[in-house]
Amino acid sequence: MMTEANLPADMLEPVADVGGIAQPLLQVKGLTKHFPVRGGLFSPQKTVRAVDNLSFAVMKGETVGIVGESGCGKSTTARLLMHLMPRDGGDIVYDGMQVGRSLSLRELRRGMQMVFQDSYASLNPRLTIEESIAFGPKVHGMADGAARTLARELLGKVGLRPETFANRYPHEISGGQRQRVNIARALALSPRLVILDEAVSALDKSVEAQVLNLLADLKREFGLTYLFISHDLNVVRYISDRVLVMYLGEVVELGPVDAVWDAPAHPYTRALLAAMPSSVPDRRTEVPPISGDPPNPIDPPSGCRFHTRCPFAEPVCANDTPKLGDLDTMGHQAACYMAVPGSGHSRAPAKARGDDAA
Amino acid sequence: MTNLVEISNLTIRFTGDRTIHAVNDLSLSLGEGEVLGLLGESGSGKSVTLRALMRLLPKKRAQISGSIAVLGQEVLAMDDETLSAFRGQTVSMIFQEPALALDPVYTIGRQIAETVMRHEGKSEREAVARALEMLEVVRIPSAKRRLDSYPHEMSGGMRQRAMIALALACKPKILLADEPTTALDATVQIQILLLLRELQREFGMSVIFVTHDIGVAIEICDRVAVMYAGQIVERGALRDIVRTPVHPYAKGLLASTIHGARRGERLGTIPGTPPSLDRAPSSCSFAPRCGLAQPRCSEGLPASVEIAPGHLARCVLAGPAMAAS
Repeated sequence: MMTEANLPADMLEPVADVGGIAQPLLQVKGLTKHFPVRGGLFSPQKTVRAVDNLSFAVMKGETVGIVGESGCGKSTTARLLMHLMPRDGGDIVYDGMQVGRSLSLRELRRGMQMVFQDSYASLNPRLTIEESIAFGPKVHGMADGAARTLARELLGKVGLRPETFANRYPHEISGGQRQRVNIARALALSPRLVILDEAVSALDKSVEAQVLNLLADLKREFGLTYLFISHDLNVVRYISDRVLVMYLGEVVELGPVDAVWDAPAHPYTRALLAAMPSSVPDRRTEVPPISGDPPNPIDPPSGCRFHTRCPFAEPVCANDTPKLGDLDTMGHQAACYMAVPGSGHSRAPAKARGDDAA
Repeated sequence: MTNLVEISNLTIRFTGDRTIHAVNDLSLSLGEGEVLGLLGESGSGKSVTLRALMRLLPKKRAQISGSIAVLGQEVLAMDDETLSAFRGQTVSMIFQEPALALDPVYTIGRQIAETVMRHEGKSEREAVARALEMLEVVRIPSAKRRLDSYPHEMSGGMRQRAMIALALACKPKILLADEPTTALDATVQIQILLLLRELQREFGMSVIFVTHDIGVAIEICDRVAVMYAGQIVERGALRDIVRTPVHPYAKGLLASTIHGARRGERLGTIPGTPPSLDRAPSSCSFAPRCGLAQPRCSEGLPASVEIAPGHLARCVLAGPAMAAS
């Protein structure tokens, strides 16, 4: 078992914990990203509303999962958080510090690192594994020798023997091993938040389980916070404390994983859960939970973006956009008129007494 | 029950800079109206086996030996003319990535009609009518309009439906499916699986379905063959494989899928990585990763042992008594 004792003394100092335990490590407010797409010669310019007014917080030490289908904006969110692309609007606050004002981009990258889905494309093919891992610390001022020692140390942490792997090139190792290297590289700057964007999706099942166990070990050892993005609901349920369900650039439901799984409030969440293949041969799925493909995020539907596929859609859903509303006091929220008392939807709960006065 | 496909002692190696032993002495049969799943991880040889069945492997680089009999005909001995009549009419295939499998410069309707004219000698009008009928069968909305669509104008799920329509246009006896739902979103995947299940019953086809996802296999397969390093390590009825797997690899694979694993609990894993396929296996390929390996595992290739009727495993520990435990 790995222990803290054999950590080298010369690891980079982690970015200091400024706000204390009650301060969310990451606060996102109104994050928005629209991509312009060229229409035909005379047709008007269109926009993909990839991420629209997204707000959430990640507490220190928790794992937040983001699920959704392709085109729902989950990867764009990750890239916006890492500042890999400029955002059109919204604030990103890291440990109470506004990025760009009280926290420089350079410092943010120390405190927040990312692991991508494609383990091969995200490593420089001309650098050995050791050089790839040592690159970041050197940029941040570590001496070459110390950075290489650190790289070897981290290789050991992710379960790769440094003497075998340090001098190999990315194409010489398997996908699972490469993803371990990417994790080691992300940890080299002693970040406190690691964004995992479909980090295990390309791996075979048996290797995926190994990497998930590794992530759990590393989280405990280094006191990490994860933002875990995946389309695989089983994996998200296994690893996350809280989960955000996204649909066409918006959060439709969020809350503690068990609350969302046991009592999904948004019809999209229900459909997503029901679409998981069965694990019992005698209980196969008989009816598809929803029909059709997710609509194109170019010019998404008006009102609730899910109303075109929703079996319970009523006129109110097409006219107005529902806001995230509390379902309980534990942080379970959903953006659906069926969950809002007195919203005008026939399935909405009756308005509780006393609400009128408020 | 007669067997539509009878593969015996199939061995495939790819030559080039280095030799890869992709499939090693594989025997398999497919019954009438049956859905057989080939389950395995990347590099286990499942797709190569499927491609060999349609002779889609590169001629120069692939050495194939053994026998593949489809409806009593030897596929490996077919000449080009027989082969092109055989493809599409007797056996047809759907792929993981419909965007790559469909021709981008022809409309969907054109591609289906061409197949029908080529194989059944129908007139163009009849062929277009069949194309429309097929698009309705796979439930593409406003099928008539979609006949004139190009593949890039359709969404992923729609394209996969179009590819299924194309594959089934000549009512083949056997459908080969190579991970057809892997690239799709969850809510679309389940729609396509249910559609395939329904069409299989309706057309009375036999299907070989390659997948790495046990959940998908559970939704669609009657029988499953688990592959590892180019060999079938265990096969049997879906229920038996899911409930009482015998081979340590099959057990590990089931344990490492996280259906309902609780948070904080460690996942069962298979240590190590799949073997390189540089040499033909002379002993159990899984032994180096197996927690139950014994000296005799590395002495020779374990034989396939019948544990219960129709349930076979290639492991020295497998015995007829195991099914009961």
